[in-house]
Amino acid sequence: MDDIKVNQNPKLGSLDRPNSYIGRSLPRENAKKHLDGGGQFVDDLTLPRMVHVAFLRSPFAHAEIKSINTNNAKKSDGVVDVFTAKEIDEVCKPWIGNLGHLGEMRSPEQTPLAKKIARWQGEPVAVVIADSRAQAEDALELIEVDWAEKEAQVDMETALDSNAVVIHLELGNNLFWTRTVNQGDVEKAFKEADAVVETTLDFARHTGVTLESRGIVADWNKAENKMTIYHNGQAPHMMQHIIAKHLDLNEGLVRIVSRDVGGSFGIKVHVYPDEMAVTAISKKIGRPVKFIADRLESFTTDIHARCHKISGKLGVDKNGKILAMEIDDLSGIGPFSMYPRTSAIETNQVLNLSGAPYVIPNYKAVGTVVFQNKTPMCQYRAVGHPIAVAITEALIDKAAYKIDMDIDKIRKINFIPDNAYPNKCPSGVPLEDLSHEASMDKLLEIMDIKEIEVQKEEDFKKGVLTGHGVISMCEVTNPSPLFYGVGGAHISSQDGAAIRLEGSGAIHLSSSITEQGQGTEAIMKQIAADQLGVKMESVRVTLGDTDATPYGGGTWASRGAGIGGEAVLKAARKLKDNILNIAAAIMQTDKDTLDIEDNNIIRKNGGEGISLQKLAETVYYRGHELPKGTNAELLATASFLIEGIPFVFTNSAMGCQVSIDQDTGIIKINKFWAVEDCGTQINPKLVEEQIRGGVIQGIGGALFEECVYDDQGNMQNATMADYLVPMAYEMPDIIVDHVTTNSGRSIIGAKGAGEAGTGGAPAVIMNAVNNALKQVNAEVVSQPITPEKILKAIGKI
Amino acid sequence: MVAKNLVNISFTVNGERFNNVNVPSRQHLADYLRSQGFTGTHLGCEQGACGACTIEMDGKAVRSCLVLASQANGTNLKTVEGFDDEMMEKVKQNFLKHNAFQCGFCSPGMLMTTKEILLNKKKLTRDEIRSEISGNYCRCTGYQSIVDAIEECINEIN
Repeated sequence: MDDIKVNQNPKLGSLDRPNSYIGRSLPRENAKKHLDGGGQFVDDLTLPRMVHVAFLRSPFAHAEIKSINTNNAKKSDGVVDVFTAKEIDEVCKPWIGNLGHLGEMRSPEQTPLAKKIARWQGEPVAVVIADSRAQAEDALELIEVDWAEKEAQVDMETALDSNAVVIHLELGNNLFWTRTVNQGDVEKAFKEADAVVETTLDFARHTGVTLESRGIVADWNKAENKMTIYHNGQAPHMMQHIIAKHLDLNEGLVRIVSRDVGGSFGIKVHVYPDEMAVTAISKKIGRPVKFIADRLESFTTDIHARCHKISGKLGVDKNGKILAMEIDDLSGIGPFSMYPRTSAIETNQVLNLSGAPYVIPNYKAVGTVVFQNKTPMCQYRAVGHPIAVAITEALIDKAAYKIDMDIDKIRKINFIPDNAYPNKCPSGVPLEDLSHEASMDKLLEIMDIKEIEVQKEEDFKKGVLTGHGVISMCEVTNPSPLFYGVGGAHISSQDGAAIRLEGSGAIHLSSSITEQGQGTEAIMKQIAADQLGVKMESVRVTLGDTDATPYGGGTWASRGAGIGGEAVLKAARKLKDNILNIAAAIMQTDKDTLDIEDNNIIRKNGGEGISLQKLAETVYYRGHELPKGTNAELLATASFLIEGIPFVFTNSAMGCQVSIDQDTGIIKINKFWAVEDCGTQINPKLVEEQIRGGVIQGIGGALFEECVYDDQGNMQNATMADYLVPMAYEMPDIIVDHVTTNSGRSIIGAKGAGEAGTGGAPAVIMNAVNNALKQVNAEVVSQPITPEKILKAIGKI
Repeated sequence: MVAKNLVNISFTVNGERFNNVNVPSRQHLADYLRSQGFTGTHLGCEQGACGACTIEMDGKAVRSCLVLASQANGTNLKTVEGFDDEMMEKVKQNFLKHNAFQCGFCSPGMLMTTKEILLNKKKLTRDEIRSEISGNYCRCTGYQSIVDAIEECINEIN
């Protein structure tokens, strides 16, 4: 068995016992199927009489659809039918991507297919249903649309100008949502500050680029009035509700099956028009319908993320103590707010989380979210964090430079002390169980800043610009009902687990948390086996099927381990209790003298025990042998949700060192360090891999990824050859270390770990680049930091 | 699909014979293999950029989305379902040990690239391994665990 890497949570019992699996880096045996080609992804599914669809999508960012003629397309080989909004709207009701708890949101109704006006390049307008995808695509070319192209409002910065193109005329302007946070008195504090620094940062749009694209198979069974949806989503019960609601179906007769999912990162948790159309088509024609997005469709219709311009101001006294922070953030979300989570949340998180690690007594934040004619923007891994962390940490570095203080020192004197929790973000959001001081100390220990400083000077003499940065951050994890539910969204914040002992002695576990590769199944198995006292291989897990798992929220916002894992723990403890009660009756002894180890009920004081299999056989097949009145329940269930606070936060400290080639502008990441405090680590290896994968996605946003648009709203790089994602060669090894502060909200003590890397990497990369550029009095303020931007900054072009 | 656009070909997949099958002339090999149930071959971009569909054709790694099915005539193909020899079992164990995949969508292509690296029997540095796999996109892992796994394979096998 692998080394135990973390301090054990005392609530979980000793590690020095059989079947102690929590805290161990065990391999994901269940995932080996992927190495044998045995994954079951949506596109791997073929059903009898299944048809395929291809969507006619708007080639324009903004255009009136004067007429659509589908007659020729309908005659094309293999075509079953061709639908426009008229036919789809007969079966599917429109939706609105607004929630009620964050002030007025102004997104209008959206339908699966655009009706009179198309508002982004890629918006679905018509759909061909055919025997094969190829035939459906052939017929697309025969659909005749009379388009009247309209001027597009592409630039978010002019979206509220008086002469802007108004995207939804009934709204009068392009404002979707705005929020102001005002704590203390920033005006007064800035006047009292010894130094005030300012900056404005730009974050381009990028997107998730899951290697498996979005996909759905909808199968309407008229005889049973049942809709079965095979969907590569993250939140099956949410989809169950939404499909029932908008297609007017009995919710209990909608089944969502999410088997293997090829990456999600938040991209696959939203309701997409084309997927709703597919469901409607199946209802209409009574056949299974498959839609798998091709890569062009992924780039132009998967949600995009970021797209922010943020100004910030920070005031410090001469000792480096922060007195005030002010930010003003603008974000463009495309023409509609996504359903049902809304596209306000990224900006909301920027306002909530800026300055979160620090004591900032005076804080003002303004967020403005506007419509534009681009692909809809919504929540993607580390929602809002990259912007909040980058603006905070850029300002802190600037303040340090201005008052000539070390970048680590200024952070340390401003941290909310580790012993001062519970506490609050500058915005007022509650915080607890965090460790910025200890995490920064550990980061500095593993980084060896002194050595880095020496190298920086030596590199400079050789003409190489080397720089480093350190940052601290908070990560939103384990959300409570105060995140979405309170605003009226049917998104469960409670999750459930059901665990049973079967006649063979095997354990079956089901959970409402889903798997997209993080290792959900593996950690659930570890928790169940650990808490029950059975071997890992005796636990079988079912996830991702609304007919077969308990009800719950699914996987998003880094909630699987902390919420779903706690439900599994509680259910396993209940089942163990039940088993020991039955065993005590069979063995004619006191329950407290018994325990379970390696699938056997043992007498703690020695003497013969019985196996779980024997006990199960007695209960199921020879129940008459049990003493009268024995409660022989071998199925236990439990639920868990976070109460009383909006989120359980995790914290991280990150550092990196970069070198810049002054001739090419190319940035090389020499080293990257991350210290994470996610509380109990159920499987430390999997936590580290979440951090690493997250950091690399953050590096993608910081250095490479951008959805490039021309001024007419045409996406210019919607292919995998043109849109730059992080590939192996450019990426560094990442050194990960941990501080452990368990969450007091649960027995298991786990917080989330999925998004910190993506939230923090853009800030630390940018700070390191600017630390390097400072040697030549240059600076970059725009992500992705391309070689071109570097060369411009240093005056080479 | 009309009959005149069919091409009659013969080939093997993982040793299984496909004799005189008719494939649409415009269909790429990945689509054809998937239609025959070899769903371990994944499609990520269909333009040769992501590497997910990489399979073995007559001993060489090819992007099966860039090869027409008809071009497979007379060849021996191997897909991830057929990677069951001793060396590939070792590779899989190392991928599992290092958690060199998360969602598993890139794994078939990554395994094929690894196989080619190992067949070249060269001792590679971590940077060189990174260069070798730089044609295979993985969104989940950040690549380090994949490099770890391949490094261990090279050490074991060479």
